[in-house]
Amino acid sequence: MKKIVMVIATALLLLFQVRAEGPFRAGDKASDFSLKSVKGEMVSLSDMENAKGFIVVFTSNVCPVAKKYEQRVIDLHKEFGAKGYPVVAINSNDPGVNPGDSFEEMKKVASDKDYAFTYLRDESQTVAKLYGATNTPHVYVLSKKGENLKVEYVGAIDNNADDAAKANKAYVSDAVNSLLKGDNVMVTSTKAIGCSIKWKSL
Amino acid sequence: MKSGKILISVSLLFAFFIAHEASGQKIEYIKVPDLEKILNNQENKLLVVNLWATWCAPCVKELPAFEKVAGEYEESKVRFIMLSLDFPSQIESQLKPFLKKNNITLDVSVMMDTDYNSWIDKVDPQWQGNIPSTLIVNNEKKSRYFHSGEIDEPELRSLLNKYL
Repeated sequence: MKKIVMVIATALLLLFQVRAEGPFRAGDKASDFSLKSVKGEMVSLSDMENAKGFIVVFTSNVCPVAKKYEQRVIDLHKEFGAKGYPVVAINSNDPGVNPGDSFEEMKKVASDKDYAFTYLRDESQTVAKLYGATNTPHVYVLSKKGENLKVEYVGAIDNNADDAAKANKAYVSDAVNSLLKGDNVMVTSTKAIGCSIKWKSL
Repeated sequence: MKSGKILISVSLLFAFFIAHEASGQKIEYIKVPDLEKILNNQENKLLVVNLWATWCAPCVKELPAFEKVAGEYEESKVRFIMLSLDFPSQIESQLKPFLKKNNITLDVSVMMDTDYNSWIDKVDPQWQGNIPSTLIVNNEKKSRYFHSGEIDEPELRSLLNKYL
């Protein structure tokens, strides 16, 4: 009996280890990373000690869908940053394909638009690949327990890219509000039309 | 005066339709049930659905390849649908001028249902919503292929030959 329990425990452990390698889906353990912010410093999620979780947004300066959502990302940080769920935006696009997504352009956009959230450059694209991000914008809501990060939601910000006023499902806000109340997230995964992340050719 | 204005409007409208027909370009505005009908059609034809938008640079880049390859196959054998995901608010300002300027002759359908999460999986569960993407369906042979990302002319041709 003890042996069987051990085997099951080992199998579960292995399973979790495999799952921690991404692409991340809701329920998975997520990994921290260290990326350069537009302010020039290296930032990890673990640096934000007071956070209860994070709204990680893979985005772009130039993707029209990401631009449609830019103000909504700013607003998410305004609403949830102080409550313990700051926005952490990541730009993983190859500036060779999208010159407007270069580190210099990121700095410019962040300063022009007064980004209050952390904006990070994923130069090697490893974080996008690890998380399994494919589009911009592509959101991962993470919760933090001790040192552990858990993926609570993956997908779109809401259900109307064209017009925020016409959206009637606020996926990310709903997810974070549930977490703040200590409830389970109801909708844990959605899909939306977006620009492909521009990968570097190998 | 008023009736004169109406007459002018009506004639303009007719002129528009005639011009529209003459260019051979057909735009259809579709919703989810129409999309399902298209995908499940039992016509004896290969269906190629390209998912694109005028705001998507790589989509625009691959359009000429679709125009060219479509011209190489009989319409009775292959049906091309360029499924535009342009925002409904930009159909008049972006999509229509774009089609005219670039002399697009392929059939264009515009998806009017913007609650993307409700239908992306109906196109293909593999699709993450990124564009361009292309779906090739042969309902007669019950085969389908989903391609995420750009596609070039030789690749498109070889896929068509494979799934025909």
